[in-house]
Amino acid sequence: MDLKPNDAVIDELIKRRLDEILPQKIEQALAERREKTPGSLTIIATKGTLDWAYPPFILGSTAAALGWNVSMFFTFYGLQLLRKDLSFLKVSPLGNPGMPMKMPFGPEWFQHINWNIPNALQSVVPGFESLASTLMKQTIHNKGVATIPELREAAIEAGVNLIGCQMTVDLFGFSREDFIPEVKEYVGAATFLPKARDADVSLFI
Amino acid sequence: MADVVLDAKGLNCPLPILRTKKTLQTMQPGGLLEVQATDPGSVADFESFCRQTGNQLISSIKEGDVYKFVLKRK
Repeated sequence: MDLKPNDAVIDELIKRRLDEILPQKIEQALAERREKTPGSLTIIATKGTLDWAYPPFILGSTAAALGWNVSMFFTFYGLQLLRKDLSFLKVSPLGNPGMPMKMPFGPEWFQHINWNIPNALQSVVPGFESLASTLMKQTIHNKGVATIPELREAAIEAGVNLIGCQMTVDLFGFSREDFIPEVKEYVGAATFLPKARDADVSLFI
Repeated sequence: MADVVLDAKGLNCPLPILRTKKTLQTMQPGGLLEVQATDPGSVADFESFCRQTGNQLISSIKEGDVYKFVLKRK
């Protein structure tokens, strides 16, 4: 007897075979693509103080060192981190109960003391924020941690895209002259969000 | 034995990695770079760096207080 396979049977056989091999092939293709493409990171930096300057620049420059594509969007107070001269960066102990207050000088036992000076006492001392910032910078230097200008330079050298928020420039009366020339572009949220969508990791700092 | 030695002693994250990347860029493919660091976190960081960038981590040892890594530039 001559059995001719009809279309329905062929379809069914193909479907079953595909169900068997497709999942594995897809997994393999995805894994291969993941191996070949570098990771990507977008960061939205919104803070302009010395302590908050560290996370975006450390993460951005390290990701770039690992070969990732990195874009950083500086908005609101984060725009300050794109200023030409960064010596104004300060840290405030006010409202920062998580900040250890250890003196970066003197004998070891002295350096271990966490002074925990209450806010009420600090605020009557004029210039306590400048003092806190100086002590923080000294601590950072003592421990061989990079300065913010160093980290920013490393990020630029590694090819990180630095993007400024145009709205913030207008809002606080800045001009593009205030910022470093390496800023790639000044855009708005509608331009940055699609970049963030395509990134593997997207952070709001 | 190493073509270039990078002294990253006393430097903390992420400087050892950043300096390494910068130094590797100046080297020829296949060149050997020895990095000396005191940051304990650098052990895991160098493994991760090599995995991510395709540079080969030839050795990772600790001599006294100093961690020594030998990398082969890809």
